[in-house]
Amino acid sequence: MNCSLRFCGSVTMALAMGAGVCAAAQAADPESGPASPAELARPDDTLAGSDKLLLTGGVSQLEGAAGGGLTPWAVIGGYGTRDQIGANAFLTRVGVQDYHLDGAGALIGFLDRIELSIARQRFDTEDVGAALGLGRGYSFTQTIIGLKVKLAGDAVLEQDRWLPQVSVGAQFKRNDRGDLLRAIGAKDDHGVDFYVSATKLYLSQSVLANLTLRFTRANQIGLLGFGGDRNDSYRPQLEGSVAWLLSRKLAIGAEYRMKPDNLGIAAEDDWFDAFIAWAPSKHVSLTLAYADLGNIVIKDRQRGLYASLQVGF
Amino acid sequence: MNPMQELAARLALAILTLLASASPALADENPAPSDPSLLPVFEQFGGKPGIDALMEDFMVKLIEDPRTRNYFAEADQTHIKAMLAEQFCVILGGPCTYTGKGMREAHAKLVINQGGFNALVEDLQRAMDMHDIPFRAQNRLLAVLAPMHREVITEP
Ligand code: HEM
Repeated sequence: MNCSLRFCGSVTMALAMGAGVCAAAQAADPESGPASPAELARPDDTLAGSDKLLLTGGVSQLEGAAGGGLTPWAVIGGYGTRDQIGANAFLTRVGVQDYHLDGAGALIGFLDRIELSIARQRFDTEDVGAALGLGRGYSFTQTIIGLKVKLAGDAVLEQDRWLPQVSVGAQFKRNDRGDLLRAIGAKDDHGVDFYVSATKLYLSQSVLANLTLRFTRANQIGLLGFGGDRNDSYRPQLEGSVAWLLSRKLAIGAEYRMKPDNLGIAAEDDWFDAFIAWAPSKHVSLTLAYADLGNIVIKDRQRGLYASLQVGF
Repeated sequence: MNPMQELAARLALAILTLLASASPALADENPAPSDPSLLPVFEQFGGKPGIDALMEDFMVKLIEDPRTRNYFAEADQTHIKAMLAEQFCVILGGPCTYTGKGMREAHAKLVINQGGFNALVEDLQRAMDMHDIPFRAQNRLLAVLAPMHREVITEP
C-alpha cells in the first residue's frame, strides 16, 4: 500500500502563502548552488510504515490499548512514526486457579498521535459457574472500544528533558450479561473508563517507567459490570509499570493496577504482575507474565500465567 | 483598496509575520557535549580506534539500508565517518576535538523525517551489536544523540 501522501506537502499547499514564503527564502539564499545528491534524497512517504524503534510502541494491554500487560501507556501503538500509520492485533490468555480469560483485539496508530483500539474479552468461570448455579463454564463477555490521544512529549527522543510523553484515553466497555450483572448488584452493563498516562524511557538507565491514573466504575475491569451496591461513582485508580530493557528485543518488568471494590458479594483486589516481553522483530512480540489477581467473585488468591501474542506491521 | 481588501491584506501580512517568527534561525546546540562520566563507556567502545572501526560498519549499514542509502551514497563518506568518530569520541569523554559543523547546519539542506532519524539509530544499533558493544553502553550514547532529533529532523 503506497499512498504517496506527503503531509508537509499538502499542509504547505493548504497554506499557499507559506509555500510562497519558502520559495522566496530559497531564492534569496545566496549560497544555494546546485543541489548535492544528499540534498535530493527524500524520505519514503509510504503512509503504512514501521519506523518507530523496536518495542517502543509497547505491547497490547488487556483492554486493547498499547501499554504493558495490565496498564495503558502514553505511547501510541503500532510502529508508525509521526508520518506513518501502524497497526497490530493481539491474542491474550490469562489462566488462574479457578478461571481463565481470553482476549483478542486490534489497534491502529495514526501519525504517532491517535490510537484506536478494539478488544473482545471472554471470562470463563469454569467450575465456579456450576457452584453458583450458572452452569459450568458460564462466561462473561464484553467488548471494549479504546481511544487514546497523545498530548505532549516523546517518551523516547526527549532524553534531555524531564517531561514524559503524556496521553489521555477512554475505554468504552459494553458487557453482554446485563441481566445477571444486575442480579449480582452491578448498576450497569456498560461504562466508560477515562485515563491519563505518563510514560518515559530513561535510556541512560535502560529503564522505562509509566504511571496511569484511571477513573472508572468498572468491576473486574467491566467483566462484572459497572458500579455496585457498595459504590457507584467514578473512583481514581493508580496504575504503574516499570520495565528494564535487557536488549533491543527483550524487556522484563513489573506492573501494578489498583481497582475499585464496588460489589458487596464479590470482593475485588488490586492486580500485580511480573512480565517478560520479547520482540524478535517489529512484526511479532510475545509477552509472558506471572499475574496475581487476588480475589475474584468467590475465589481468593487467583494467580497464574498471562500470555499474549501480538502481530503487526 | 476597499475595506475588505485592506482587511485581507493586513491579515495576510499578519500571517506572514507569524510564519516568519515561527521558524527563526535557531542557534545550534553543542553538537558534541563532553561528559567525563561517560569515560567508562568510551572504554567499552574500544576507545578512539574502536569508534573508528565502528564507523566503517555503521556506514556500510547506512548504505545497505534503503531508508538512508540515498543520503549517504554520493556524499563524502570519509569525511562524515571522521566527523562522527570525533563527535562520538568527545561525547563519551574521550581525548578528541570535534571539528565538524553543528547538527542543524550539517542537516539543514536535507529532507529528513522521523523515520529517517530512527532508521539511522537502528543502523547504528546494528553496527554497535556487530562490535559487541554492551547494550547498556549503547544506550548511554544514544541518550545523548536522541535529543539531536530537534536539529536533524528537518521535515516536521
Ligand atoms: C543523531 C543523529 C545524527 C548525528 C549525530 C549526525 C551527525 C552528523 C555529522 C557529525 C555530520 C558531519 C558534519 C560535518 O560535515 O561537519 C553529518 C553529516 C551528514 N548527515 Fe548526519 N547525523 C545524524 C542524523 C542523520 C540522519 C538521520 C541523516 C539522514 C537520514 C543524516 C545525513 C547526513 C548527511 C547526508 C550528511 C552529509 C551532509 C553533507 O554532505 O554536507 N544524518 N551528520
